[in-house]
Amino acid sequence: MQLKTRTKMFCRCPVGFGAGENTQTCPVCLGFPGALPVVNRAAVEWTILLGLALDCEIAEHAVFSRKNYFYFDNPKGYQISQYDLPFCIGGKVLVPTADGDRVIGIVRAHLEEDAAKTVHVGGRTGRIRGADYSLVDFNRCGTPLVEVVTEPDIRSAEEAKRFLQLLRQTIVELGISDAEMEKGTLRVDANVSVRPQGSDELRTRTEIKNMNSFNFIARGIEAEIERQIGVWESGGEVQQETYDFDAATGALTPHRAKEEADDYRYFPEPDLVPVEPPPELVERLRSELPELPAARIRRLEAELDLERATVLVTGGLDRLWQETVAAGAEKVSAANVIINAPAAAAIASAPAPELVKLVDARDRIPRTAFDEALSKISEPGFSADPYLAQEAVSDSAELEPIVARILQENPGQVAAYRNGKEGLLGFFVGQVMKETQGKANPRVVSELVKAKLSRSA
Amino acid sequence: MAISREEVLHVARLARLALTDDEIERLTQELGKILEAVGVVSELDLADVPPTSHPLDLVNVWDEDVLRDSLALDEVFANAPARDGDLFRVPPTA
Amino acid sequence: MAPVVDTLRLTAEDALGLVERREVSPAELHGAYLEAIGERNDELHAYLRTVETAEGASIPIALKDVISTKGVETTAGSKILEGYVPVFDATVAARCKAAGLTLLGKTNTDEFAMGSSTENSAWGPSRNPWDPALVPGGSGGGNAAAVSAGLAPWGLGSDTGGSIKQPSALCGNVGLRPTYGTVSRFGVVAFASSLDQIGPVAKTVRDVALLYSIIAGRDPYDSTTVELPEPVQLPDAERLDGLRIGVPTQIESLEAIEPGVRAAFEQALELARELGAEVGDCDLPISYRYGMPCYYLIAPAEASSNLARYDGVRFGPRTEAATYREMVERTRDEGFGAEPKRRIMLGTYALSAGYYDAFYGQAQKVRTLLIREHREALATVDVIATPTSPTVAFPIGDKAADPLAMYACDLLTIPSNLAGLPGLSIPCGLSDELPVGLQLLGPQFGENLLFRAGHALERAIGFDTVPTRFRGART
Ligand SMILES: [Mg+2]
Ligand SMILES: [Zn+2]
Repeated sequence: MQLKTRTKMFCRCPVGFGAGENTQTCPVCLGFPGALPVVNRAAVEWTILLGLALDCEIAEHAVFSRKNYFYFDNPKGYQISQYDLPFCIGGKVLVPTADGDRVIGIVRAHLEEDAAKTVHVGGRTGRIRGADYSLVDFNRCGTPLVEVVTEPDIRSAEEAKRFLQLLRQTIVELGISDAEMEKGTLRVDANVSVRPQGSDELRTRTEIKNMNSFNFIARGIEAEIERQIGVWESGGEVQQETYDFDAATGALTPHRAKEEADDYRYFPEPDLVPVEPPPELVERLRSELPELPAARIRRLEAELDLERATVLVTGGLDRLWQETVAAGAEKVSAANVIINAPAAAAIASAPAPELVKLVDARDRIPRTAFDEALSKISEPGFSADPYLAQEAVSDSAELEPIVARILQENPGQVAAYRNGKEGLLGFFVGQVMKETQGKANPRVVSELVKAKLSRSA
Repeated sequence: MAISREEVLHVARLARLALTDDEIERLTQELGKILEAVGVVSELDLADVPPTSHPLDLVNVWDEDVLRDSLALDEVFANAPARDGDLFRVPPTA
Repeated sequence: MAPVVDTLRLTAEDALGLVERREVSPAELHGAYLEAIGERNDELHAYLRTVETAEGASIPIALKDVISTKGVETTAGSKILEGYVPVFDATVAARCKAAGLTLLGKTNTDEFAMGSSTENSAWGPSRNPWDPALVPGGSGGGNAAAVSAGLAPWGLGSDTGGSIKQPSALCGNVGLRPTYGTVSRFGVVAFASSLDQIGPVAKTVRDVALLYSIIAGRDPYDSTTVELPEPVQLPDAERLDGLRIGVPTQIESLEAIEPGVRAAFEQALELARELGAEVGDCDLPISYRYGMPCYYLIAPAEASSNLARYDGVRFGPRTEAATYREMVERTRDEGFGAEPKRRIMLGTYALSAGYYDAFYGQAQKVRTLLIREHREALATVDVIATPTSPTVAFPIGDKAADPLAMYACDLLTIPSNLAGLPGLSIPCGLSDELPVGLQLLGPQFGENLLFRAGHALERAIGFDTVPTRFRGART
């Protein structure tokens, strides 16, 4: 993940998006002759803070090393990274599940510098191969980057997604990174391998890069698992390779091969001195650690349920939920309203007292009014009162003919419902809501539908 | 301590040097001799000796996270072999 | 019009006096040196380029071409930096400017400071003012020749394996390689980061001390710098009472040391005794057997990485090609000369998979032993004395074809460099009518001690720094 320090890892150029190309550069991050790196203290402290949050051991003696390779996004011909002596070693992340906590081991977390951004111009495909030429913007070059490596403990695509959501939320709450996959401030490489059921031994792994959302990661891993199983079962052998995941097509294509990629000739960076984090610093950072997402999920689970607790916590919405409940809202209703709010960004900073009113009035006011109120709830001076004044149609007499008509118009769905597909209830309610332009009380509609369908059974 | 022609070619690839046949020939000879001379370090049993990567006993040298001026664009590109707008231009990868 | 001063004999201290007393203006002084350069640089090729106007209120200085100077081309003696004009000053250049020193020009160097004769410069060799058929030493041969021939009162060079000390010895100058970490490397084209140090070259120990006081001290742009534990003291004592000088016993059996060099060295030791010093033995058994091999693993390894930035992307000449990779390979092949290529290859090999432990890793451990043995030696003596160079200046072309013979020039300067210790070279006499250098090595931050010892010896030796062939010449 990119750290959101003010300045870069080894120079004091600004970090961030949106500035003119190559305007956030200096002799250091352009690798001009004679330029030397100087460590950003905030980046070191934040790396240690993350390490503590991941239950890592903080190294008493950490060293920056040079990773040597040629590419035009790498101006010095080496990346300053960490090799055998990283800041954080051997931690773990607990992922709460219905069957207890899954423990995902952390091998290490280390600090390094990001590469420049490149654009490939022309060519038939627009991809790297076949480009007419490439252009380089060094603004991003030298941005502090923390790399976290997990043990091979993750057992499914779904678990990978849950782990990442938890990790991301931890990072965001520590305030050290925006960790937004779409913007590339959080990037994930997934190593995938399979093994026959009952076997302890993982087979050859492959790596997937360039997945820019949690859903793509899950899909990419899923696709790769399928592919590997297919290869093994048809008598073939999986080759160790790196793939790019194409979000548009869901396809995996081989990543550009870096020649001599495995000979980076790491050695200790002679332009920097080692870091030996003072114990006082580590203890201060430890004392600043907030309660971690996994612990909060377990705490909320006791009051709610695992699924809702997980969504609230990983969405950064659990504090709002707690305030809303404290202000008098019913727990499950409040969770449902917050989780399903149409505008996630707006709800996150909702004032609890107004939110309580809306949660309580949820079934009484028209759905359209309810949704509109939720999307505006964070605007300054927002009051729920005008929305509460509106009344949803709860009169059975008024709603019954509409329900009847909808059932009549959808004989297939009715038959399916009666054959046990009770999930279709939502479909019928939705149709009625549509018909009434959201003014019907969904709870009343739902009861009417249920009654009608069982009565004529 | 001899170094083979193949090793020389491999190292030249790592170091991104497009050497001529003559250079490869000469370097194979010279590097062989130099490696023989420097190889005497292996005579010493240093299993218990820690490595030194730096003659100074310094740790924790860092800078506060405070902005300093970046370069102006004319300075960024003052020595650039190929500028395209405000970007550096390079030939295609393949 | 007659020149305002005789630059051949003028020390920096005297030049400063002239300017302070307003007997000569900074511009006149600058002009006098340019005139001397005009007369003798064609023969000596000490300068690669000069700066015509004096921008400063003090005296001139020459900077080795590895030191970045804003607005003034800096090539490090390499074609791969041809036409490169830095947009920033090296810290040492900035400190010289802040002290009012006027930049006279950039002096010749072996390419990327890799060499001991200045023959590896892409722009042609410099020549020794004592005899232009001979090398001035290297890599800072340009500086040494300039100071010796009166083309600069003083200069700043860089020393990785001996590039200040050895040319100072071969040209009859005083040169200081400071304690690692006391002078900023920021803006100095890197050769081997854990070894490179910037230091002064001048005619006297006092000049060297003065220039050192201008450039030394912590630089926030170089993480490997420290503040000096004590201020620089200009030496004036003429006695050496109580000073314990240790001569490594291993020196005696080093066949590479020429008899004439040995004789001049012995004579200097005798003078030291007369000044009250105790001259005794010390032991550096690892240094002279493993120092050079250790250095020729560590320095090339760091160099191979430091020289990776020369890729034709952001600065410097580019050899156009159809693909990025081909462009980089051809740019580097055409831009680097034979010596940088040799060291890049050697260093890449020493760091590469399967060889790291046997070469680079082992060399780092040898380095630990070198540090230990110097510390032990300096626990029993105050300074260590050796000849600076095993030989006097040798003919141009003599060692150019034999890398190992060239590497052996730094046999005596390398071990203490690996240990990060300061070394001062002062002229201590002639052998075959050519200058011989005496190297004084001290403990970490022991510069003041070296200055005191060096100054007293310099007075006693009374070496005439003006090359014989220029004596009696008008300027
Ligand atoms: Mg990395
Ligand atoms: Zn920068």
